[in-house]
Amino acid sequence: MSTASTVIKAKQRPGDRVFSGSAVFAGSMILVTLAAVAIFLIVQSLPALFATSEDASILPTNFWAYVGPLIFGTVWASALALLMALPVSIGIALFISHYAPRRLASVLGYIVDLLAAVPSVVFGLWGIGVLAPAVQPLYSWLVDNLGWFPLFAGPVSGTGRTILTAAIVLAVMVLPIMTAINREVFLQTPVLHEEAALALGATRWEMIRTAVLPFGRSGIISASVLGLGRALGETMAVAMVLSASGALTFELLTSVNPSTIAANIALSFPEAYGPNVNVLIATGLILFIVTFAVNAFARWIVSRRKEFSGAN
Amino acid sequence: MSKRIEVRDLNVYYGKFLAVEGVNMEIEPRSVTAFIGPSGCGKTTFLRTLNRMHEVVPGARVEGEVLIDGNNLYDPDVDPVLVRRQVGMVFQRPNPFPTMSVKDNVLAGVKLNNRRISKSDADELMERSLRSANLWNEVKDRLDRPGSGLSGGQQQRLCIARAIAVSPEVILMDEPCSALDPISTLAIEDLIEELKQDYTIVIVTHNMQQASRVSDRTAFFNIAGTGKPGKLIEYDDTTTIFSNPSVKATEDYVSGRFG
Repeated sequence: MSTASTVIKAKQRPGDRVFSGSAVFAGSMILVTLAAVAIFLIVQSLPALFATSEDASILPTNFWAYVGPLIFGTVWASALALLMALPVSIGIALFISHYAPRRLASVLGYIVDLLAAVPSVVFGLWGIGVLAPAVQPLYSWLVDNLGWFPLFAGPVSGTGRTILTAAIVLAVMVLPIMTAINREVFLQTPVLHEEAALALGATRWEMIRTAVLPFGRSGIISASVLGLGRALGETMAVAMVLSASGALTFELLTSVNPSTIAANIALSFPEAYGPNVNVLIATGLILFIVTFAVNAFARWIVSRRKEFSGAN
Repeated sequence: MSKRIEVRDLNVYYGKFLAVEGVNMEIEPRSVTAFIGPSGCGKTTFLRTLNRMHEVVPGARVEGEVLIDGNNLYDPDVDPVLVRRQVGMVFQRPNPFPTMSVKDNVLAGVKLNNRRISKSDADELMERSLRSANLWNEVKDRLDRPGSGLSGGQQQRLCIARAIAVSPEVILMDEPCSALDPISTLAIEDLIEELKQDYTIVIVTHNMQQASRVSDRTAFFNIAGTGKPGKLIEYDDTTTIFSNPSVKATEDYVSGRFG
């Protein structure tokens, strides 16, 4: 008898095969693209990683002394942007999902999405033309009155084109995507949990604190990472707004500001030749790694309290 | 602890739609009252008016009076939040907060009430509430595990523990056993019997054996047809409703000859 060893084969239907084939193809394309970018970056960067000022004229001493302030500027500007954008985006998202009347909520949702469609060059122009002159008096006031606080130390920048201004522009730019994700997450809070909180005698804010925000925690982190990723890689607006001098400083309001990797590449690339091109690509590789690390860190945060996530 | 509920000429609306019409009812303290009736007849809607959870739905409103020990819940200057702290609720599907541990779930309501509670008091209250909900022995070793990791019946008893931890005067239960197996159902029914000593309990159920097992008084709701408002048909002692009802529709329903 051969019945015991007979394997019942699933019938292969053409539709299933086409679908699984295209899904596998689409999935592997991500890996292929990522690998292609990574290989390009690594191969082109290798000569630059151990270069000195003798090999590439753009370097002050060696590569790491060059890229260090840029990494700092990138992370510092993005962190400031995130710090400003996160509370605002959560506030807008909560207003849309839980406070606003339905009609106002949908209008507001459209407007936020529209903000995402504004090209970054336009944000850059707005930063130079409107925001920087507008905040400059405020910066002067801060330096005069709160100059003892290290972040606000003087002398104040005369143009207002400081790292704080760049961070504000970045915050406005990452706000739409963060708000959109937070809003979706908050809207998905099960009614059952909201009612559980209300039935215990929670006010609306307490209900949001006990049911909505904890449930949306991993979504809020995802939104922050996406926003941070965008801020880290943003080129044009920072390149236009920030008057960078390449220094490594936490001071927000002076004319001495660190540049960011992406903006530095955009500004230096047109005039770069030979090994200098490799140096700039190597800074791109560093940006790639920084972004990757930020993503990994966020995933780790989300997975740390998986069983309390509300997904089970 | 427990209080008397009086309902006078209550009409319940969703927007313009009249969902429940003209309910008059008196519910005695320390008793169990069951609401029975076909689906869509407004039992749950009516139950939710007793702690002002009805108005959580946009457009929902109420006409008439609900008095708890003589105080109208729908008085303009009554805060619905305070009403819900006095009148607890257990829902059809167990809904512990998934982001909280068993312990935090029990204490969720207490912490909401802005009471600064010392750790020893909190532990004592948690243990007492879980014991009253007949859950302590099953969860005492996993108080810090997520509440959503318990079985369905345990989750429902956790919700009951959470409701009684804030010491309400009335507990409303909206088909608390409909998502549970017979053993868990029995556990909840035993629990209702014990809770009756301290609380006024109102329970909506589709299970007529359950109504006859746990309740002292039974209210039968019915609906004339789709789009018509639900009405309270008959309200009497449970034994009377199930053995000798005065309205034909009630008799048809409880004897299974409905429709």
